[in-house]
Amino acid sequence: MRIASIAPLLLWTLAVAQVSAPPGLASGPGTQPGAADSCSGCPAAAGCLTCAAPPAAATARLLDISAADVPNDVGGAVELAWTMSEEGVPADSVQVLRSAAGAEPEEAGWILPAAGSWADEGLRDGVEYTYTLVPWAGGVAGAPAGSASVVPAASWFHMGRLGMFILLTILTLVILAYIERAKRGHKLYVREIAGISAVDDAVGRATEMGRPILYIPGIMDMDDIQTIASMVILGRVASKTAEYGANLLVPNTRSVVMSVAQEVVKEAYLAAGRPDAYRRENINYLTDDQFGYAAGVDGIMVRQRPAAIFLLGTFYAESLILAETGKSVGAIQIAGTAMVSQLPFFIAACDYTLIGEELFAASAYLSHEPKLLGSLKGQDAAKLVIMILILLGVAAATLGTAWPPAAKAADFLRLLTHVD
Amino acid sequence: MRLFVPLFMTFICGMIIILQFFVPHRPFSTLGERLTDWYMIVASAAIFLGAVNLLQVHSARIRFRQKNWQYSPVVIGGFLVMMAAGFGWGVADGKPFDWMFQTMVVPMGATMFSLLAFFVASAAFRAFRSSNWRATLLLVSAFIVMLGRVPIGDVIWRLIPGAAASSHPNLVNEIAEWIMQVPNMAGQRAVMIGASLGVVATSLRMIFGIERSYLGGSD
Repeated sequence: MRIASIAPLLLWTLAVAQVSAPPGLASGPGTQPGAADSCSGCPAAAGCLTCAAPPAAATARLLDISAADVPNDVGGAVELAWTMSEEGVPADSVQVLRSAAGAEPEEAGWILPAAGSWADEGLRDGVEYTYTLVPWAGGVAGAPAGSASVVPAASWFHMGRLGMFILLTILTLVILAYIERAKRGHKLYVREIAGISAVDDAVGRATEMGRPILYIPGIMDMDDIQTIASMVILGRVASKTAEYGANLLVPNTRSVVMSVAQEVVKEAYLAAGRPDAYRRENINYLTDDQFGYAAGVDGIMVRQRPAAIFLLGTFYAESLILAETGKSVGAIQIAGTAMVSQLPFFIAACDYTLIGEELFAASAYLSHEPKLLGSLKGQDAAKLVIMILILLGVAAATLGTAWPPAAKAADFLRLLTHVD
Repeated sequence: MRLFVPLFMTFICGMIIILQFFVPHRPFSTLGERLTDWYMIVASAAIFLGAVNLLQVHSARIRFRQKNWQYSPVVIGGFLVMMAAGFGWGVADGKPFDWMFQTMVVPMGATMFSLLAFFVASAAFRAFRSSNWRATLLLVSAFIVMLGRVPIGDVIWRLIPGAAASSHPNLVNEIAEWIMQVPNMAGQRAVMIGASLGVVATSLRMIFGIERSYLGGSD
């Protein structure tokens, strides 16, 4: 009873296996002798299990075969594309034959016809390749569907990043122009950033209280731009601690950051004429582990009770653990990060918070050097350009729903700001 | 010369990284990857520096009986035991190193992470307590978002007569979603755009040698 009930299922499975077997494995017609009469004119493409009809060659055509160099790449890659006609016996797979510069064709791969496209890689640039597609059905090859030729080449410019290149060039020119202006002695107004102005107060407070200053440069390595910005600010803070004679502690979670921090602080103390006050052991390595580092820094805070804490760099879930512990020991806290998800925690727990761009502006602001302030002005001007672009984009996209020229302008702006 | 060499290297490396983003052609495409590989090698080698520094600092604390020196033997002991287990038996699953990592380091990390819940509560209390209109706005929006993120928010809403049959049966959730997707997202994107400009400006300052404080001087 049970065998009888699963027999149709077995038969169906065999049929599917026979039909879908890859070329070379499909061994020919399905055979059920004696059943041919009841199955004359069988339309099955890949051989029929019921009748003895041999599998038919694929006759459905692969149309619009094209081959093109893959754009914006390092070279050595092409892409084939085609469409399938719905008439005739459909192919179950397509054999791709490739010949390089008139040489004998060789098999490049097997693909599903429905895929519609296929990329070939590892080719030589500048050599013409001809691709021929051969449709197969049930292990029988049909007539070659056509061929296309292409010469792969490497791109000298990524056109998908043209908009970004233009914006970056404008930005660079604006910043450099303002730096040049500052060099010529033009007075530049830069708005006061409370968090940065408080650095002097924080260092002074720690000095008066005779307690150390704790500088936490985030938990990422030196390949993170926020860590780099933090190291630059550390140089400024170290100059002030050297000048005031305060004790500076810099626990690190990365060895490279520790090495850089040691050099930065040492150079700052040298420049301030206080090399004797530099303590190498105060800039130390704790651990690479995120919460191990948080525990270690919390321990330093609770035991040494720093009067000022700087949290500047990249922070993740440990941000609030550090900031709340710092708050509990009564330290004045100046935090800064570009991690949007951590900013609310710093704002809630710290006295001053440098939000996003302010972290990157801090060093220039602290230096009071015209050239660096010029770059800040340039940054603000670039921000104005971006704001104008956003407003234009919003207006064009809104008007574009009713006025086609505005839609075109919106598309252009989208293209300009799109990065591939 | 002392300034020129690092500034020149910064300029070359910075320009390579910028060029490899815009120029897919060799050698630029591979040079960027090569520099990243070099950095990984340097960072891996620097782990040794960190380990040496750890031992030096804590040995000195024990030797000179500095304040709280009693913690240092624990640090050195833990470091040496883990290192010996790693070198002695390897770090594969089930080995002593893995056992210590899974049964000691991971739970301790989880313990620290779990403290976050209490810190969030205390920080939120402080943020909401301030008696100005911005703090009140923050409190109201945070309350709605929290309520909208849990099923009970909409359950409470549907208790209001006619709310369940209205066109907005999940109104609390919808308002919470709107707060997150519209004003919150706009603020986040503004910060991100500003930060990106800051990144560009900082990079340019360093690549062109305008920012030199990390080299110990401004001239």
